[in-house]
Amino acid sequence: MGLDASVREAVLAAIPSLRAFAISLCGNVDRADDLVQETLLRALANIDSFQPGTNMSAWLFTILRNHFRSEYRKRRREVEDTDGSYAETLKSHPEQEGRVGFGEFRTALAKLPQDQREALVLVGASGFSYEEAASICGCAVGTIKSRVNRARTRLAELMSIESVDEFGPDRTTRAVLARNERA
Amino acid sequence: MKDHPKSSKPRPPMEAGNTAAKTDAKLGRDIQAKIGQQLRSLYDEIVNQGVPDRFADLLKRLDKTDDKESR
Repeated sequence: MGLDASVREAVLAAIPSLRAFAISLCGNVDRADDLVQETLLRALANIDSFQPGTNMSAWLFTILRNHFRSEYRKRRREVEDTDGSYAETLKSHPEQEGRVGFGEFRTALAKLPQDQREALVLVGASGFSYEEAASICGCAVGTIKSRVNRARTRLAELMSIESVDEFGPDRTTRAVLARNERA
Repeated sequence: MKDHPKSSKPRPPMEAGNTAAKTDAKLGRDIQAKIGQQLRSLYDEIVNQGVPDRFADLLKRLDKTDDKESR
């Protein structure tokens, strides 16, 4: 049997958002795409355990997150050692260059603890409810709410520090240039 | 006497004082709006890239494999 057409459509429809989530977890597009590929292979191999009528996107996000977590555990030391270079990876996407404010935001996002970043992305960008995010992360709804709140507070702290105290010469120049362009 | 680690006492704002607190609250709201907007832009930019060929091909290939296996 081939894939049911409606299942295939649902999987295809979920891929763009699944990639965006994967990139937010990995901070690296190539690794994220590998993660998506592995997720799709796993999902399709276990498609019988998907309950028709339930949210395909949430199901795929759960598989991706679990897979990332088990991989991440293996690579934890490597990831922890590269706090700075992880932020660099995030900053170095050419399509993001030249946008004032994005670099700072990416850097701040990269500094969040994993739990907080994923909760914030699921609720604030992927459009999942707190309940769905809790189910994807296998935790209580209250836990998701508190992670999202802590993420927002921490980001606000990081961004006000970066825009006020650590507004380095390079950033200042870019900001001034951008302002002049607009004027 | 040491502070209880789970003390629920609110932490005083960094710069105490009413005006500073009000400015902080406004700054907080502005920053929160900016955070939400930047997070979504960043995310949507990737979403708008659509489905890379790599994954469309993967699905097609898996579909064919399934067909062969079931025969």
